[in-house]
Amino acid sequence: MNDNQSLNLLDRALGLDQQSRPWPLSGRVVLVEDCVETTASFVLHHLIKRSLSPNSSNVIVFVAFANPFSHYDRVLRKLGCNLVTQRDNNRFFFFDMLMLQCPDGDEGKSEVGLVSLYEKIRKTISVLPEDKKSHVTVMIDDISLMEVAANGASDYVLDFLHYCHALTSEFGCSLVTLNHEDIYSNTETPTFILQMEYLAEILIKAEPLATGLAADVHGQLTVLNKAPSHCDWELKEQGT
Amino acid sequence: MAETICRTLRDGGLEGEHAPALAIKDSVASPFGLDVFSHVLTQLSNYILAGKSQSRGLVVVAFRRSPSFYVNLLKERGIDVNHKWVRILDCYTNPFGWKERLNVKEHSQEASTLSSFCKDVRDLDKLYSSIVELGKGLIGQEKGRFSVAIDLVSEMLRHASISSVSNLLSSLRSHDQVSSIFWLLHSDLHEVRVSTVLEYLSSMVASLEPINAPTIGQKGDLENLSLLEQNFRKGKFQARFKRRNGRVRVMCEELHVELSGINFTSVSSEDGIINQRLLPKVQFSLQLSEKEQTERAKVVLPFEHQGNGKPIQIYDGRRSISENKNEETLVSTGKLQTDEDTGKGEIIYFRDSDDEMPDSDEDPDDDLDI
Repeated sequence: MNDNQSLNLLDRALGLDQQSRPWPLSGRVVLVEDCVETTASFVLHHLIKRSLSPNSSNVIVFVAFANPFSHYDRVLRKLGCNLVTQRDNNRFFFFDMLMLQCPDGDEGKSEVGLVSLYEKIRKTISVLPEDKKSHVTVMIDDISLMEVAANGASDYVLDFLHYCHALTSEFGCSLVTLNHEDIYSNTETPTFILQMEYLAEILIKAEPLATGLAADVHGQLTVLNKAPSHCDWELKEQGT
Repeated sequence: MAETICRTLRDGGLEGEHAPALAIKDSVASPFGLDVFSHVLTQLSNYILAGKSQSRGLVVVAFRRSPSFYVNLLKERGIDVNHKWVRILDCYTNPFGWKERLNVKEHSQEASTLSSFCKDVRDLDKLYSSIVELGKGLIGQEKGRFSVAIDLVSEMLRHASISSVSNLLSSLRSHDQVSSIFWLLHSDLHEVRVSTVLEYLSSMVASLEPINAPTIGQKGDLENLSLLEQNFRKGKFQARFKRRNGRVRVMCEELHVELSGINFTSVSSEDGIINQRLLPKVQFSLQLSEKEQTERAKVVLPFEHQGNGKPIQIYDGRRSISENKNEETLVSTGKLQTDEDTGKGEIIYFRDSDDEMPDSDEDPDDDLDI
């Protein structure tokens, strides 16, 4: 199958159709926002599939707080991607964080947990060959569960995200995070989600349709691409 | 207007005066703060290198972007980057000392000759002394000044109280070797009082606002999306200047984000709106209607007539022939009238111009760029 024909509007919005660059998301920070009515996990699955295409040499470091490996393996098999093979070939590194539970009442331990997670990610990238470091995508599913695992220590989670942001400058890798916008929308000052929006260069937002529920269309996707490689900021919309 | 801001930073402060300080405020709806910051940084760097500024060097305190980013930014704009005039305090790479805990060694980079690491941004005293030390390193033994640029005060406020941060900024402003200082703040990350405190600390406030007001509750409307798209291509740039004489001046421009940077254009059709914004919102009217202006023009001021029923004459300093005759008549009537006249005072009122508006004390030389 011709890869160009299989590219959709989301791929074009993210610049994945640009053949001149090996991985257009190199050095970029992507934030995927969704809500209860419209989940955006499919965006992560889609990016995994695109990143691990046979023609590329990309590597994914996947930090999972939401689901075990078997879940992603099952989903990606349906999309035509074998995560077990990719894991064995050192193209897909899976960090199972479901059992991570920092001790309650001690924020210092939360920081230690996040520091060691950062160390794991950094070590994984730094041992790769030099030419592959910029082809790494660090994916985190998802940030709200990371906050839960850190016992609500949002400041340390933001510190962790800052260090991950610094990895994109140091190695040229990309960072893709998923968070749920409606968790923070009811708070008086939704600063946490705003902090993440400021960090991100590409914002992918999944929302329900303005007209309400529909049988065939589950929602809409808005892509805000602030990456300087584009002539101007792009805003695209598609139904899912 | 953006040029006025850069010139003010360039000119620095007078002896014994606090350094001019620019606060750049943006929000998620109009997130051009880092672009404006980069623009001001570039302009000031040009002035420093050309020898046109009061400051001889620039210390960049980098929280949000890496030192390499600033080095590349200046190089792309054709500016020669070397340690003789610019130093970068790197609060981005390892702000909380995690790398020390993990025994990670930093690779040497080009930026390292210009940058120094800050390994604990929570210690504001250490941060202040690092900034001053870097600045003094630029000046050397000679008498001179340096400028300071802090790319994100919001990041400082994550780990320190507003009182500590404002203490640091205030100390920098009052340092006798600091020529000017500017910083960026994401206003929607903080309470209003925090933004207000930082505005009080600054002599210029540049606020970025969206071109189109964001509408809440209308998701997915195509028209709304195109308005949103416009908001991320351009915005309103409003600056408030506090002058030495205490007056506040507000100016507004439009800014456009392009690949090569940002451009500022004047706002042509909204001057009336700006003037209206200058007036505070109160429950009584501060302006005069046309009828009120006409009535006011008809009012005879107390010193413009003698109260003797004679026609109003505006004294312009030259005596008319008829007045001379009156005076001769008075003199000729003798001493008795003179004695009567000595008991009465006389007030001579000179009106400069009928066109002069009250309270108009604008200094016409304010805009001079010498």
